[in-house]
Amino acid sequence: MKIDAKGLNYRELNERIHDAVSKGVDEIDLVNVLGQRYIGTGLDREVTLNIYGTPGSDLGAFMDGPKINVFGSGQDDIGNTMNSGSIVIHGDAGNVVGLSMRTGKIFVKGSVGYRAGIHMKAYQDQCPVMVVGGKAGDFLGEYMAGGKLILLGIFKKEKDQVAGRYIATGMHGGVIYIRGGVNKNQVGRDVAVEEVTDEEKAEIRGEIEEFCRHFGITRIDDIMASPFVRLSPKSSRPYGKLYAY
Amino acid sequence: MRMIPPEFIVKIDDTCIKCKRCVNECSFGALKFENDRVVADHEKCVACHRCTAFCPTYAIKVEKFPMSFKDNALWGQDILKGLWKQAESGAKILTGAGNDKPYPIFWDRMVLDACQVTNPSIDPLREPMELRTYIGKKPDKLEFWQDKKGDIKLTTVMEPQIKLETPIIFAGMSYGAVSLNVQLILAKAARELGTIMNTGEGGLPQELADYKDNIVVQCASGRFGVDLSYLNSCAAVEIKIGQGAKPGIGGHLPGEKVTEEISRTRRIPSGTDAISPAPHHDIYSIEDLRQLIYALKEATRYKKPIGVKIAAVHNVAAIASGVVRAGADILTIDGFRGGTGASPQVIRDHVGIPIELALARVDEQLRKEGIRHMASIIASGGIRQSADVLKAIALGADAVAIGTAALISMGCHLCQKCHTGLCAWGIATQKPELVKRLKVEEGVRRLVNMIKAWNLEIKEILGALGVNSIESLRGSRERLRGVDLDEVYLDVLGIKPAGR
Repeated sequence: MKIDAKGLNYRELNERIHDAVSKGVDEIDLVNVLGQRYIGTGLDREVTLNIYGTPGSDLGAFMDGPKINVFGSGQDDIGNTMNSGSIVIHGDAGNVVGLSMRTGKIFVKGSVGYRAGIHMKAYQDQCPVMVVGGKAGDFLGEYMAGGKLILLGIFKKEKDQVAGRYIATGMHGGVIYIRGGVNKNQVGRDVAVEEVTDEEKAEIRGEIEEFCRHFGITRIDDIMASPFVRLSPKSSRPYGKLYAY
Repeated sequence: MRMIPPEFIVKIDDTCIKCKRCVNECSFGALKFENDRVVADHEKCVACHRCTAFCPTYAIKVEKFPMSFKDNALWGQDILKGLWKQAESGAKILTGAGNDKPYPIFWDRMVLDACQVTNPSIDPLREPMELRTYIGKKPDKLEFWQDKKGDIKLTTVMEPQIKLETPIIFAGMSYGAVSLNVQLILAKAARELGTIMNTGEGGLPQELADYKDNIVVQCASGRFGVDLSYLNSCAAVEIKIGQGAKPGIGGHLPGEKVTEEISRTRRIPSGTDAISPAPHHDIYSIEDLRQLIYALKEATRYKKPIGVKIAAVHNVAAIASGVVRAGADILTIDGFRGGTGASPQVIRDHVGIPIELALARVDEQLRKEGIRHMASIIASGGIRQSADVLKAIALGADAVAIGTAALISMGCHLCQKCHTGLCAWGIATQKPELVKRLKVEEGVRRLVNMIKAWNLEIKEILGALGVNSIESLRGSRERLRGVDLDEVYLDVLGIKPAGR
């Protein structure tokens, strides 16, 4: 089904989406979306939302299952504390993408703003994945507790750095892969930066292939041929020694 | 060389019958059985009194270690001991429970009124006394519609409310900071009393699922255990911005406390630190707070009140105004005496302001702006007894939250070692053998008793004040007077001095 979001405020629009989903609709095209917040927030079914335009902040917050495709760019707090499902952004995304996500996948074709992937979590086999095609702002993966974050840096100007400062500060779980590498001084203390071996590259190829599939990118071998670094915490207890009892 | 003297000395006299019960009960390793007698390691004693509670012959006495320091008003013993500890460790001193420093306690400098002759008091034993309290956003005005038959109906759509049978709720204490048995006691007691408990930020253990109508779930910066079923398994959702015991900082549940069960509830790998960052990374302004409040309203389909908890800090009134305007239905203000499972001592003891002053200022500010009805106010942080509840409500609170007092009803002796995870009373620990010591049914009985006793006392005082419902006392500062307070504090509290 199709919903024209033109002139609707977020509450009206989301009410219509929730109504449709509760009636069993499994795919909705949302057209003329312009800044409406909370699209997909709180949805707990495996419905597909195709968004044409620019959705507002908190897209897919707390969601559990939906597949959201944005044919445009997104704003802030995309996938905030999401539990499962997927979000595919065909443009860029704003700040704080995937904050505290627990499982599910986020693919951003372009770049993300500050504080992407902060405090991503994992529990047993539940592992969230985020793949970003462009570059990332400061504080990427700060306080990361679990999950997998892959930053490809394929859509950026040659002179631009792939990520900003304070990468993975306070990281105590999970893993970040960055194509091309970073300077040590961009990375938080207590984080190990290591070259990725060919065997390990093969392990993340699946996620990168999925990314390429979403955006019709065919040069996957080129992408994989570049060097990657892996950022992982040296300790699961980064602040263990700060306290006297 | 031993620089830091022990805090306590454990004396075991010859009435000891060598039953070794004390040795088994001491979770801090301060007692051993050697050469056919109980031997104390004084340095390890924390004065939790678990051993004395179980000694059948009263053979154990825990006393302050008798070591006199040269009198020094500036360099107190606590300061010296802290410096020595830091000189040894190079680390921040961690502590538990609440701020124990001798700051003024304004509850004890305010007294309540009573009726004499001119307006009769009410006998609560004979007449009904209403403690019921509704928590949530109240409408700007009520609109009615009269049909042809003359029946009048309310047409104003009411925002979701929580019905409390007593103006006392249980403060947020997370699974991790306290044991599962503590949370079970709080949930069961809340149901029995018609009030609510708060999960804190550690997620909702599945054992509590049955009690969802009496539970407030927290969404804190760590977002532990936050998902749709969590957000909808509750009476309300609370965004935790700050905590009175540690305003402005986050929390680190040390990895050794992150057991398999806690890791499942918090959805993080077991053994890793559970880190709550200092700020929410999606909240850097009042506008951002509004965005999260409405994200939670969307996620709960506008069926639940959304609360915001802040610590009492210098500009609390202006912050509270922003929080209420951002759309919070419940505003919890936690004063600097509030308890904690673990906090750096420097923060616990030196940051934040007393709840009495914060509450008075917030209530006044919201009234002045005409927005007091937009949110209920919960005051917490050092509410010790029914008199404090009444004074808080007279200062403007809708209800109060108690944490430490509830734990004391379960057996807490305030040794302030919550952060060690060795709590001998089974409260602030995750060790199965210690958790077992806290019997759930017994704990429920004791906590319910304590609140029932407070309810009786509250009714007694309401009767003396000549009012028959707690709502009539709310914000009624005329019924309070200050004793031994200077003009500035009287002004901040908005009360007259006794005698006027």
